[in-house]
Formats: sequence, C-alpha cells, structure tokens
Amino acid sequence: MAEKIQKKDRMKIPRSSMPEQDPNERAKNFTEVPFGLSEEQALQEASRCLECPKAPCIAGCPVEVDIPGFITLVMEKDYAGAARKIKETNALPAICGRVCPQEEQCEQVCILSKKFTPVAVGYLERFVADYERENNLVVMPKIASPTGCKVAVVGAGPAGLTVAGDLTLLGHKVTIFEALHKPGGVLVYGIPEFRLPKKIVQSECDYLADMGVEFKNSTVIGKSDTIDELFEMDYDSVFIGTGAGLPNFMGIPGENLIGIYSSNEYLTRSNLMRAFDFPTYDTPIIKGKNVAVLGGGNTAMDSVRTALRLGADNAYIVYRRSEAEMPARAEEIHHAQQEGVQFNMLTNPVKFTGDKDGKVVSMECIRMELGEPDDSGRRRPVPIEGSNFTFDVDLVVVAIGNSSNPLIPQTTPGLETNRWGNIVVTEETMQTSREGVYAGGDIVTGGATVILAAGAGKVAARAMHKYLMDKKDMVAGED
Amino acid sequence: MAKILDNVKIGPLNWKMRVHVPKLVAKAKAGQFVIIRVNEQGERVPMSIAGLDRERGVLTIIYQVVGKTSALMTTVETGGEIIDCVGPLGLPTHLENWGTAIVVGGGIGIAPIYPIAQAWKEAGNKLYTIIGARSEDALFYEDEHKAIADKLIVCTDDGSYGRHGFVTEPLKEILDSGEKIGMIMAVGPVPMMKFLSKLTAPYEVPTWVSLNPLMVDGTGMCGGCRVAIGDTTKFACVDGPDFDGHKVDFDLLIKRLAAYKEQERESFHRFVESPDCRLHQSIKEIAQS
Ligand SMILES: Cc1cc2nc3c(=O)[nH]c(=O)nc-3n(C[C@H](O)[C@H](O)[C@H](O)COP(=O)(O)OP(=O)(O)OC[C@H]3O[C@@H](n4cnc5c(N)ncnc54)[C@H](O)[C@@H]3O)c2cc1C
Ligand SMILES: Cc1cc2nc3c(=O)[nH]c(=O)nc-3n(C[C@H](O)[C@H](O)[C@H](O)COP(=O)(O)OP(=O)(O)OC[C@H]3O[C@@H](n4cnc5c(N)ncnc54)[C@H](O)[C@@H]3O)c2cc1C
Ligand code: SF4
Ligand code: SF4
Ligand code: FES
Repeated sequence: MAEKIQKKDRMKIPRSSMPEQDPNERAKNFTEVPFGLSEEQALQEASRCLECPKAPCIAGCPVEVDIPGFITLVMEKDYAGAARKIKETNALPAICGRVCPQEEQCEQVCILSKKFTPVAVGYLERFVADYERENNLVVMPKIASPTGCKVAVVGAGPAGLTVAGDLTLLGHKVTIFEALHKPGGVLVYGIPEFRLPKKIVQSECDYLADMGVEFKNSTVIGKSDTIDELFEMDYDSVFIGTGAGLPNFMGIPGENLIGIYSSNEYLTRSNLMRAFDFPTYDTPIIKGKNVAVLGGGNTAMDSVRTALRLGADNAYIVYRRSEAEMPARAEEIHHAQQEGVQFNMLTNPVKFTGDKDGKVVSMECIRMELGEPDDSGRRRPVPIEGSNFTFDVDLVVVAIGNSSNPLIPQTTPGLETNRWGNIVVTEETMQTSREGVYAGGDIVTGGATVILAAGAGKVAARAMHKYLMDKKDMVAGED
Repeated sequence: MAKILDNVKIGPLNWKMRVHVPKLVAKAKAGQFVIIRVNEQGERVPMSIAGLDRERGVLTIIYQVVGKTSALMTTVETGGEIIDCVGPLGLPTHLENWGTAIVVGGGIGIAPIYPIAQAWKEAGNKLYTIIGARSEDALFYEDEHKAIADKLIVCTDDGSYGRHGFVTEPLKEILDSGEKIGMIMAVGPVPMMKFLSKLTAPYEVPTWVSLNPLMVDGTGMCGGCRVAIGDTTKFACVDGPDFDGHKVDFDLLIKRLAAYKEQERESFHRFVESPDCRLHQSIKEIAQS
C-alpha cells in the first residue's frame, strides 16, 4: 500500500470533481450526466478522508453507512470489499451514491466541511458499487436456512426492495407485489435515465430475484387481493411500501387543458414508458417548445431537464418561493442551470388559457414576496397585488408534490391513517395499527428520500423478523 | 404474461379476444376494466370487461381497431401471449334493484354493457336493453343480450337491421310512456353518452355513463385520466369509470381524447407500412384514411 499521507497534507488535496457530459451536449440526450470517478480519482478522493475515530459522517447518514470503514477499503484497492461494507447497512449503494442529497446528510457533517470541502462520499459510494457490478464481483450472500415463514411486500420501491432483501437473508420467503409492470417505484417511473440509468435499478432487482425474492408485477393490492386476503393466502406478515403516489394539482382555472401534466404523468410517460423514444416505443408524449414546470423539488428539476431533452426552446422553473427555499438537491439545481433552464422565482400561476382545441397556450402568473416563516420554518410567500403577468406556454408540468394513494387504507379495515392519509406506524418498529402489518417509506412520511425509505425498510425488516420468530416460537410452544 | 385463448374478428373493425387470467377473473366485477400491454414497446391500454367465465378463468375483451395498439392486438394469435394484463381496475358499477332499469350500449359499448346487464338482472331489476351500431355487420352480442333482457331494442344508424336511428330515440319513447324508470346506464362513444345524458336530464332519471379518458397507470398515480364532474376534477381510473352523466363535462373529455392525434396517426402509419405488416386489409384502409 502507498505510504500514508500526513493528516494536514490530506486536507490540502482538493476535492475531486466529477467528470460529466458537456452541458450543451447532454441537454439533448438521455444518457447519464456524470461519468463517475476514475480509479485514480477515487483513490485520491479516498486519501482525503481523515478516518476520524468518532466519524460524524456516519451519524449524518440515515442508515449509518460505515463511511471511514469503506473508504479505508478503497485506499486498499479492495473496491468490492468496500461495496460489501456499505451493503451491510445500505442495500442500494449504486443508487444512493447517485441520488442521495449528500450535501444535507453524510457530507454536510464531514469534519473537512468545516474548513475545506467535505469528502465526496457519494462519488466514492457510486464508484465502488459500479466497480463491483461492472466487474461481476457481486457475490450471493449466505442465506439463513428457511424459516418456513412467508412475507408479502406491497410496492417495489426502495422501501419494499430493502425489506425483501433483508428478510430473504434471514431465511423468510418473500413475494413482492407491484402495481406497475416493472419493479423499482420512483426509481423507474420518476427519476430519469440521465440521472439514474434504469439498468442499475434492474440489476438490483435481478440480484434480489437471484436471492430468491419472488416478483409479482402488474398486481394492484387492494384490487386483485386485499391485505386481509394476503393473510388468508398464508402470508404471515405484510409490509406496505406503496409510496406517495397521488399527484397534487394547483386547483386553478384551466388546469385540465391538454398540455398540462402532473410530473408523475410526464415522467412516467418518458421514463417507464420510454416515450422519449417514440415511435419505437408506442407511448406518445407532448413535446413543448415553451415549457413551464411548477415547483422547486427534485421532481420539478427532473421534469424541466426532461423537457429540454425533448426539444424545448425555453424551459422554465416557476416557483413561488426563492431559490434558497427550493427543496431540490443543490447538484440538480446546478445541473439544470448549466443546461439552460430559466428560473422564475417568487412567481405563482393563477390561471391557464387554452385554444379552441383545448390546448394550453398561456399562463397567467402573479409575483410573490416572502413574508413571515410558516410551519415548515420557510418564509411564507405572499402575492403582490396587481403584479399579474402572462406568458406563452405550450406545455406545463405540475410538480407540487403528491398525496398518499388511498387504495390500501380504503380496503384494509382497522389500518390507521393520519389526516394526510399517511399510514400511522410505531417509529421503532414500523408496525401499523394492524397486527403483522408494517409500513415504511413515502406512504408513512409523505414524499421524502430514497435512503429514508430504504432505512425505514431496514427497521421494518428487523421488527418483522422478530414478530415472525416470536410467533413461530409461540406456535411451537403450543404443540 | 397472459395467455390468449382466441382472438377473432366479429365485425368490420371489431375483434373479440379471450384471455386466460383466472386470478383477475375471480375478483372482477361488471363495470371494471383491465389494462393490457401487448409487448415490451407497447402502450398500456385500458379495455373494459366484456365477459367473465369464472369457471375457466377467462376474461373477454371486445375491441375496435382505431390505432396502432388495437391493430397490433389483432396480430396476437390463438395460444399466443400478451406481456401484461392488470386488473381489475376501477370501481364496479353500482348494483341495486331499482324496479325497472335500462342499459344502453352503443358501438363497442355493447360489450361492457353486457356484464352490467347480467348483474342488474340478477339484482332483480326488470331490464330494458337498447343496443345500437353503425350497421348490421358491426352489431354483436344480440343473442347474449336477448337472453337476459326483458325487452331488447336493436338499432342501426343506417337502418340495415332493427330500428333505423340512434339509441336515444327508443329511449325517449320509453321515458315518454310514463313508465317509472329507476336507473339508466349508458356506455358508448362520447357523443352518444353526451346526448343521451342531455335527453334524460329533464326526466330526472338518474343516468350513469362509463368514461374512457386516456390512461397510463390506472392506479391514480398520474392524473392523466382526469375528468370534470360538476365542479370537481376526478381521476376516472380510481374514482370511476362510472359517473353521473348529468354532471360530466363531455366536451372536455372529447378534447382530451384528441390530445395525441398526430403522434397516434404517425405511429399507426409506421406500423401499417412496415414491410412485415400482416394486418387485415380493412385495418390498412382505416390507417390510410
Ligand atoms: C421525480 C422524483 C425525483 C426524486 N429524486 C430523488 C433524489 O434525487 N434523491 C432522493 O433521495 N429521493 C428522490 N425522490 C424521492 C424518492 O424517490 C422517494 O422518496 C422514494 O422512492 C420512496 O420510496 P418508497 O419505497 O416509499 O416508494 P416508491 O418509490 O414510490 O415506490 C412505491 C411502489 O409501490 C407501488 N404501489 C403503489 N400502490 C400499490 C398497490 N396498491 N399495490 C401494489 N403496488 C403498489 C408503486 O407502483 C411503486 O412502484 C424523488 C422522487 C421523485 C418523484
Ligand atoms: C376504462 C376504459 C375502457 C375501455 N374499453 C374499451 C373496450 O372495451 N374496447 C375498445 O375497443 N376500447 C376501449 N377503450 C378505449 C381503448 O383503450 C382505446 O381505443 C385504445 O387505447 C386505442 O389505442 P390505439 O393505439 O389503437 O389507438 P390510438 O392511436 O391511441 O388512438 C386512435 C384514436 O382512438 C382514440 N382513443 C384513444 N384512446 C382512447 C380511449 N381511451 N378511449 C376512446 N378513444 C380513444 C383516440 O382519440 C384516437 O382518435 C377503453 C378505454 C378506457 C379508458
Ligand atoms: S447512503 Fe446516502 S447518506 Fe448514507 S453514506 Fe451513502 S450517500 Fe451518504
Ligand atoms: S467525517 Fe469526513 S473525514 Fe471524517 S471519517 Fe467521515 S468522511 Fe472521513
Ligand atoms: S390513469 Fe393515471 S391516474 Fe388514472
């Protein structure tokens, strides 16, 4: 191994910058934007880490990845070992390395961020996971001997996939029921190819299938079977990870005009149905020239960048607060700016107008200013009287968040939900108000993040395992 | 994957497909629908339930060729497969004994109205059934409807069979006769459902229609299927597809159905003109028109 560099010298090494496609070029294609670090860069970046004994970064990660532990393995060039180290607590490193808001999590609290720039934990996480996958170094883990217990997981998003993986390792037989024709949840239908290639999500699902997880796609629980019927089918426990899937609209005049999509519809058409590749794929999508995307989150950034790639001349973000309040990841906002997205801050739409065919042609907005802080602690935007103005649009994407889908609560008697329709759980176990039924991810928290959903899956899997084993012991005791 | 038991032509542009989906069939109820995808590149298309053989686990779909996907469906051979068939989706049609009830099916709507007629009859209703098609050769399910209706009226637009004219005419006569009608359900082309709802409104007979907006997921996730009902916006795939015809904004639905006209035409043409196109001549003709 190369000689250890002194701590004070390590701090002087600049943070690696991620090689990526040229903004002008990439704004026209759907290929992934960042290329990933080279081995050299990864080694250099790893050498910046001070391997702090108390490693604050670990606590900054919602699933407590052993960051210095895996970085040490990178320095030893044991990249597959590093990937396995991460997988002890995070089953989806290739995905999290790409989409985690590291700047608010692990990297935010890195010691180096106080005086310098933090270690690029996300880049390294991506590097080792890609290395492991691309070099076929993924090994099947040892699976505990069968417990004889059957578990049903509803929803194949990050929460459901994590539960399925963890419980399979512990010897339970897991079946995932997914409403759509492909597993992955938001990872396949929401997050675009240029940010998260679908083959990565597919390989994570294949890995689970190889471990023995059974996937039943195109199965809508609540319609084909209810939760109670799953128990009748001899499932011993059920996990609900159905996400936050019901799109919110503004509720303003003209919103049902043609050319006004929810971000879910726009992204689903483009990503899951691959409408960007129409007519090779059959699903069409409206390609706007002047596109306004309403909202300031990741969903809004993904939509507006998709619009550029589908040929928009002008792609606008229209957001009622200021840039500081935008919930999107800093990296995504930066990428969108580089690609030529125009930001209209402190602006709120009030009305849409259409032509005789019912197609949207313009949007009336009002300017906003920031007032007192609201419940979320962000300053509340208030409209400025008389500041209305109109501009031409031929496509609008409404990306103002999702509510929870009522399908399962409606068909599951005794399943408690809160006033937003989210399923209520005990935090330590993710258990719902129904015995043997657990839930986690966006259906519990409302729209959050991939790693929080996966983390909730971890907690649930642990509690479900205990529940299943206790139940088995009880039955055995009765014999 | 779902197995296709048979797929036969039953009219100039109408086909009947029987799909082996036992689980789905065991759960499905009249008025619900499924979403199918023919192949990996395929669109997700909604199709109404036109028959349920619970013993054999067989779902019947009756479809009209209007574009690429419905044309592609005709190429699936007996014993072949389609990549997905998901459902049952949507809410079942409301079931009650209203005394006397009327079901009206127009065009391809003759198919989904059939399981509804069966269910309403079983619920104890005296049942009048009105079905209508463009002409005799586009008519189907007459015997099936005859077997359950207390009275069946068949119309054709061109007078080639049964009564000459639209389904709304015999309906008006029944309403004018003063007989008490508890409920009307209509399924068919949007203009038919629109005029029928307009007709029954002054008689104050509750009238339900089954709406067919464009859909993607069919689970409430995308909002592409939104329809305006009175002052509210509803998602037809989860809140419907049945709605109070007196409150539906049909003009909005008609416009929204035309959202992808140009792409649909392009896709259909490309398909028909591909060298290995094995489509029926009549389908090629509508693609050219
Ligand atoms: C466009 C977009 C971009 C995002 N970008 C980021 C990002 O960069 N970083 C980040 O950390 N987070 C991001 N998020 C948020 C993140 O994707 C979600 O928080 C996370 O996916 C939630 O995981 P989940 O498992 O709870 O649910 P989901 O991923 O929503 O998966 C739920 C699954 O359940 C299925 N389902 C629903 N109902 C049923 C039913 N009745 N029966 C069977 N299956 C059902 C759904 O079809 C879906 O596949 C983004 C979200 C969106 C929409
Ligand atoms: C709940 C529901 C149930 C349905 N049941 C049936 C059925 O039992 N049999 C059947 O033949 N069709 C049914 N449809 C309509 C069917 O889904 C469409 O005809 C089909 O998607 C057309 O696909 P295409 O590629 O062949 O045509 P496209 O190229 O997509 O469209 C060609 C033409 O058909 C029209 N069209 C497209 N989609 C629809 C639609 N959803 N409804 C009405 N017109 C449409 C378009 O406006 C266009 O003019 C149903 C639709 C819904 C929403
Ligand atoms: S999972 Fe996310 S938060 Fe945790 S270490 Fe990896 S990138 Fe950071
Ligand atoms: S806080 Fe930063 S420097 Fe310290 S161990 Fe974590 S990543 Fe390395
Ligand atoms: S089809 Fe997507 S919400 Fe109804």
